[in-house]
Amino acid sequence: MSLSLKNPEFLIERNYDRCINCQVCERQCANDSHYYDEEMDKMLSKDENCVNCQRCVTLCPANALSIRQYPLEYRKNSNWTGEMINNIYKQAESGGVLLTGMGNPTPKKIYWDHILLNASQVTNPSIDPLREPMELKTFLGRKPGKLEFDENGNPFPLPPQLELDTPIMFSAMSFGSISINACRSLARAATASGIMYNTGEGGLHQDLYQYKENTIVQVASGRFGVHQEYLEAGAAIEIKIGQGAKPGIGGHLPGEKVGDEVSRTRMIPLGTDALSPAPHHDIYSIEDLRQLIYALKEATDYTKPVSVKISAVHNVAAIATGIATAGADIISIDGYRGGTGAAPTLIRDNVGIPIELALAAVDERLRREGLRDQVSLVIGGTIRNSADIVKAIALGADTVYIASAALIAMGCHMCQKCYTGKCNWGIATQQPDLVKRLNPEIGEERLKNLIRGWSLEIKEMLGGMGINAIESLRGNRLMLRGIDLNERELAVLGIKHAGE
Amino acid sequence: MKKVFAREEYCLGCKLCEVYCVTSHSRSKDVVKAHKSEEITPAVIIESGENLSFALQCRHCDDAPCVRACITGAMQKDPETGIVKYDENKCVGCWTCIMTCPYGAVKRDEYNRNIISKCDLCSETGEPACAANCPNNALVYKEQEEEGE
Repeated sequence: MSLSLKNPEFLIERNYDRCINCQVCERQCANDSHYYDEEMDKMLSKDENCVNCQRCVTLCPANALSIRQYPLEYRKNSNWTGEMINNIYKQAESGGVLLTGMGNPTPKKIYWDHILLNASQVTNPSIDPLREPMELKTFLGRKPGKLEFDENGNPFPLPPQLELDTPIMFSAMSFGSISINACRSLARAATASGIMYNTGEGGLHQDLYQYKENTIVQVASGRFGVHQEYLEAGAAIEIKIGQGAKPGIGGHLPGEKVGDEVSRTRMIPLGTDALSPAPHHDIYSIEDLRQLIYALKEATDYTKPVSVKISAVHNVAAIATGIATAGADIISIDGYRGGTGAAPTLIRDNVGIPIELALAAVDERLRREGLRDQVSLVIGGTIRNSADIVKAIALGADTVYIASAALIAMGCHMCQKCYTGKCNWGIATQQPDLVKRLNPEIGEERLKNLIRGWSLEIKEMLGGMGINAIESLRGNRLMLRGIDLNERELAVLGIKHAGE
Repeated sequence: MKKVFAREEYCLGCKLCEVYCVTSHSRSKDVVKAHKSEEITPAVIIESGENLSFALQCRHCDDAPCVRACITGAMQKDPETGIVKYDENKCVGCWTCIMTCPYGAVKRDEYNRNIISKCDLCSETGEPACAANCPNNALVYKEQEEEGE
């Protein structure tokens, strides 16, 4: 096929009055979108290569660059949109599955934006967090129904708990899908902020064992890098059943990304594809899940909480009940807008349900079944700001997972090309020249700042509601009101409409 | 004394340090004008090989060979700041300093004038522009004692 029907997605605009031919853009683009033409003594662009990651724009010292949507438009058609047409051209040329990265970008309803928070006026005082203590400390793990004492009157030890200084954790991202410098940034920032980060299913790089107090180690269907020392290195263990961006789908880390370090960490041969099966082949029922939960508890002497992560699907409330009865200490649920390093586009955009509805349904179901105290609830996919967190906790979550937000803090510009491995920001790549673009000292600093800023905002919002501890907000749906929601939606969310 | 240290593990080889070096030594101090209407040779040297790069500039040696070698006294070590300074009005372009510099940190002028270009730690503005503007903190301006070169 000599003629491609694909058009460029983006247009690189260069202001030649400002361009100084320094070629920084050329050196920074892993997609070869810029080049210097000696004859013309000019920088030129190849628009067709541009993914709009804006690395060049950010680094251009002369502010000479901007990028916009390619202006070429098809004849107006609400059914056959340009994206649909371009996808067909792509597949007609490649014969392959459409791939993408990051979370679902389609314009479906974002329930967070239809929920409003309460604040105190007159009848109960609001609290100024700058003058009065405000508690964000959160404990994750099974809570006993009552305290029990031995014959000497000493309380029996509580089941293992994860202690967080603020109700935020970095969600699972494997070494392989992201670079070692991104992992280092997350691990160091989690340690400095008193929260957790999650290894994803890529095993734990030797350099990261030092952060084990703040590490959740994941056990997924591929079982990559899982061994005794790995399990012991985590403050908690998470069994990954599903991921919001691709429920029901396994993972595939292409062999090109399995270099020396990834191969050693994942315990697989150099250059081989790392295929995570869609299901765990030893888990076909809740009883099977229970066996794995207890196998992991046995292996770590019942010293660590065990979490089970699922994606938000239609039957999520019943599944969560099953997970709670299977003996999990934490359930984490990933909504359909959650991110990914690589997923089939149509799975990402069409499978699963919104996390807001899943969370409300699961919390409600667990309460009704009397199981809510036995498990902590962690949700993710996607939390975009501190208000989303406050709403999530009021809907019933114990804490939230953030990943896309953390990547954005480290420099991600949401170009959705993680799966190409050519991340110009040094995040979703294993290419050594790109990996070093993310200095983990800078990454750590930026992540710490984000967690600090969000925590301050959470305190402000709590104070406004007259609440001085995050514990008092948990499941407090009276602090929420809906707008632009129909009765079914309000019923599922378990909240009243504004004005009620 | 404070010097600029390179951390090659974080150097992107983007050469922004060159751009800001030129700007810092320009009359206008404006990135665009400095490059479009002035002729300034950057004093940083970017060494790069396969997936390795770092920016090198004058080490401001205690017993600087270039100062000893300079036949006109254009190259002088400032006894107070420790900066090895260069006076282009006294320079005759004999290039002896270039030959004696053990680091290769002295360059000929790129616009064919009989002068050289070398780092003065931006003594005019006070803070080396290469380190201040490095996007990945691969250049740091700090006391030598903290860490070896």
